[in-house]
Amino acid sequence: MLAYTLRRVAMLVPVLLGMSIIVFMIIHAIPGDPAVIILGQKATPEAIAELHASLGLNDPWYVQYFSYLKNIAGGDLGTSIQTKTAISKEIGPYLAATFELTVFSMLFAIFIGVNAGILSAWRRNSWFDYTAMLIALIGVSMPVFWLGLMEQWLFAQHLNWLPSIGRVNARDPVESISGFYVLDTILARRFDQLEDVFKHLVLPGIAMGTVPMAIIARITRAGMSEAMASEYIRTARSKGVHEFMVVYKHALKNAFIPILTVIGLQTGMLLGGAVLTETIFGWPGIGRYLYSAISARDYPVIQSGILVIAVIFVCINLVVDLLYAYFDPRIKHR
Amino acid sequence: MMEKKKSSYEIQAAEEGTILPLHSLWRGLRANKLAMAGLTVLVFFIAIAIFAPLITPYAYDQGDLLNTNRPPSYKHWFGTDYGGRDIYTRIVYGARLSLWVGLASVLISVSVGSVMGLLAGYYGRWIDMLNSRLFDILLAFPSILLAIAIVAMLGPSLQNALLSIAIVNVPTFGRLIRSKVVSLKEEDFILAAKSIGMKDRRILFLHILPNCLTPIIVTGTMAIGTAILEAAALGFLGMGAQPPQPEWGKMLADSKDYLLKAPWTVLFPGLSIMLAVIGFNLVGDGLRDISDPRMKRG
Repeated sequence: MLAYTLRRVAMLVPVLLGMSIIVFMIIHAIPGDPAVIILGQKATPEAIAELHASLGLNDPWYVQYFSYLKNIAGGDLGTSIQTKTAISKEIGPYLAATFELTVFSMLFAIFIGVNAGILSAWRRNSWFDYTAMLIALIGVSMPVFWLGLMEQWLFAQHLNWLPSIGRVNARDPVESISGFYVLDTILARRFDQLEDVFKHLVLPGIAMGTVPMAIIARITRAGMSEAMASEYIRTARSKGVHEFMVVYKHALKNAFIPILTVIGLQTGMLLGGAVLTETIFGWPGIGRYLYSAISARDYPVIQSGILVIAVIFVCINLVVDLLYAYFDPRIKHR
Repeated sequence: MMEKKKSSYEIQAAEEGTILPLHSLWRGLRANKLAMAGLTVLVFFIAIAIFAPLITPYAYDQGDLLNTNRPPSYKHWFGTDYGGRDIYTRIVYGARLSLWVGLASVLISVSVGSVMGLLAGYYGRWIDMLNSRLFDILLAFPSILLAIAIVAMLGPSLQNALLSIAIVNVPTFGRLIRSKVVSLKEEDFILAAKSIGMKDRRILFLHILPNCLTPIIVTGTMAIGTAILEAAALGFLGMGAQPPQPEWGKMLADSKDYLLKAPWTVLFPGLSIMLAVIGFNLVGDGLRDISDPRMKRG
């Protein structure tokens, strides 16, 4: 296992280097002068010269790349053009907000997706199965941002059940300790505020979790159908094991590896989709940070935002691969 | 007339059910009700895209500022948007854009991915190493994020959105073809072709590529649906189609501020995206079931 882990980590080096090249290129592949693009056509020559100096655009490209690489290796993600603040300093709270939303969405996706998949496989070709798989098909085919807008219209504006934007009631802000509001409100024993935080999580969490939910349900159904048809399930049944235990203990255990893989991959994918969900729900996470940077042509933030999300994505994939190898030892020998 | 004798490989493949000629793919598709329903949806969208000028009463950019955000009525089936433009007309013309982006981007990804995968799988060594690492790097980004990065470089437009989606999908096809080629090149018929002195280019494009066609079609069909979703997402973020183009994602972005006042301006473009993607997914699912019976559902 150690040898496999080391080999898998070593494979990351060229990938991370390649990623840094792509992200570095974002600013350098812009047709024309990046400083003019960032500042707009009406910028004064002095402002353009100043930005050239601060972004290091006067050096040859390879000098710029190596100094960029040195900076990010040292944790320096550059400075935001909009806020004039170091990105490494301001990115923390955004990441925490996205992390909280991602965890909530995935819990929703896993709970509903796995159970719906199991029930569908258990009661194959029943009405439940057809309905669940129809919902799963709609789930994977629906634009997340549209689902978010429709949720806002129905549950926030029309029925007035849930708040439509933000992380918490703006008039009663959470005192940030860890940046995770659920944790912070519990630590501060503000349970009324905890309820408010949960209410704010529901709509964006469901919007973001619907695609992974649908995919998890489909994979679970496929895996469970195969498992339920095996000999050991027949044996378990003939022994008189309770049907619930047959499904949730015996079959699920064997179908769980592909489900786990999909859960891991979908968690990583959510980070990309965060740009859309967070924009709609005014969720102050990394996706919205990136979106506002795109609108303001704040290229250092665009670069670092994409890099940070991609590095997290790669790390999640690494963990998934290692878990897969741990649970299925055949992988290591391929 | 004597029937053309099948090669041992074809017979074996047909028995295993892994590689099927195109006509059996079609026969299988016809027997699959869900896939046929999906195909009907696709034919419907293709038809409205082709006949758009004949079936729409207005021009897609024709606004009427006295009739903004009007609910669906006899005159405006899907209502009007914030600029007083007929939403039905814009959705019909939008089908052209979405289908175009989906089809064209996947065609580009398939072409580039096929060539890269063929070369990597057939020649191996450094070509394979280089291509595979490049695929690893591209796949290391969440796809929508990589598309955003590419559009950030090229500038926002529908064409650049199309290109970025094409680039994002290249590794999917590249890897698929590569893995097929690696197993195919050891087959007897390829060794035979080599031994009679056939040139590599002929072997690659006339013998190996046709045998990769089924997985390309299956993956490609699903990829078109995903590409339509990605194009809509880029349009929604303002990185794809630009006004007054009636792209579905852009229409959603423009109407979202009028959600409470005029929900139909948001409802119909979203429904159109969903229906078109469901069509491609159903056909893709059906094709996958036919080409790989192990995946068969139900």
